[in-house]
Amino acid sequence: MGDLFVLAISCILINNILLAQYLGNCPFLGTSKKMETAIGMAMAVVFVLVLAGVFTWMTNTYFLVKYDLEYLRTVAFILVIASLVQFVEMFLKKSIPALYAGLGIFLPLITTNCAVMGVCLINVNEEYNFMQALVASFGYAVGFGLALILFAGVREKTLLARVPRPLQDTSIALVTAGMLSLTFLAFKGMV
Amino acid sequence: MAKSLTQEFVKGLWDEVPPFRLVLGLCPTLAVTKSIENGIGMGVATTFVLVGSNVLVAALRKFIPAKVRIACYIVIIATFVTVVELLMQAYAYPLFLKLGIFIPLIVVNCIVLGRAEAFASKNGVFRSLLDGLGIGIGYTLALMALAAVRELIGTGALTFWVTPIQVFGPAYKPFSFLVQAPGAFMALGLMLCLMNLAGKK
Repeated sequence: MGDLFVLAISCILINNILLAQYLGNCPFLGTSKKMETAIGMAMAVVFVLVLAGVFTWMTNTYFLVKYDLEYLRTVAFILVIASLVQFVEMFLKKSIPALYAGLGIFLPLITTNCAVMGVCLINVNEEYNFMQALVASFGYAVGFGLALILFAGVREKTLLARVPRPLQDTSIALVTAGMLSLTFLAFKGMV
Repeated sequence: MAKSLTQEFVKGLWDEVPPFRLVLGLCPTLAVTKSIENGIGMGVATTFVLVGSNVLVAALRKFIPAKVRIACYIVIIATFVTVVELLMQAYAYPLFLKLGIFIPLIVVNCIVLGRAEAFASKNGVFRSLLDGLGIGIGYTLALMALAAVRELIGTGALTFWVTPIQVFGPAYKPFSFLVQAPGAFMALGLMLCLMNLAGKK
């Protein structure tokens, strides 16, 4: 139990998926202009990433490894993720329309979010067992949400600041992300 | 629309350089630019996938039903990524280990899917080939430029292939901030700023 807790903390803070592993940066910059979209994206990622982590782990263990098909991993994973996203979208539309309205536009974007695919690959590469894969997926997802929401908060403020013209927009956003990443670097010595 | 064939090729080198102008494909840009060697490896792998998927998507564009086109593109791209993965394991294993999960992650690189959707699905095979090649080479050069800055200042050396070449000599104190994660973000941000200063139109 203690090991799993340490794993979760290290996934959320120390190996933060956005700021230390450089995964999922396109939605990080794309949806962080407004707090609302950042929260929507964060929730959608937590939802899908946990499911995707579990399903790709099962695909890998019970199908690919069993039949010696590991070279098809990339193709198999992206298909699992794409169909999972499609399925989640249809399910939410039918049964929880309120949540669908909130997450709606962010769901299809998640198929090409490299954080999702990246975590699935990390789970397999690190040879996690089922519980570890579940906890790691959840931890990475929470870390993604945390960094995204923090960043959106900072970025809303930079909109009001007077930024030199060549630095505007993406440029200043990246520099801000660098500073945020610096604070997360401080967690390195924790575990 | 009537661009000449040369224009299709050249636009990827400056006007539409992926990470700087279009701000796509950022994750590998940040992650693999610790050394020039990694930048080149990643760039070449991405170029191969871009060219392959662009050509195949363009060739099949009349047969792929519009409703499931994205899924079809993803399968095509994933196939080429698998080819690259296996090739690198066979012929460039040390580089494959260094780039790690970023090789399979070319599947979800928005540049590749973006070109398939925005260009190859509407243009002929040869034009798509040039487009893929241009964007790919532009991407490689961009990775190399960013990697050169980070590696030179961060370690005082440049690695083109396997062995690092010391540039500043032993007295230089490496500014190792730049080869870590925060430095990657800031270096890219400042580079974008320089590109903005250099101007586009």
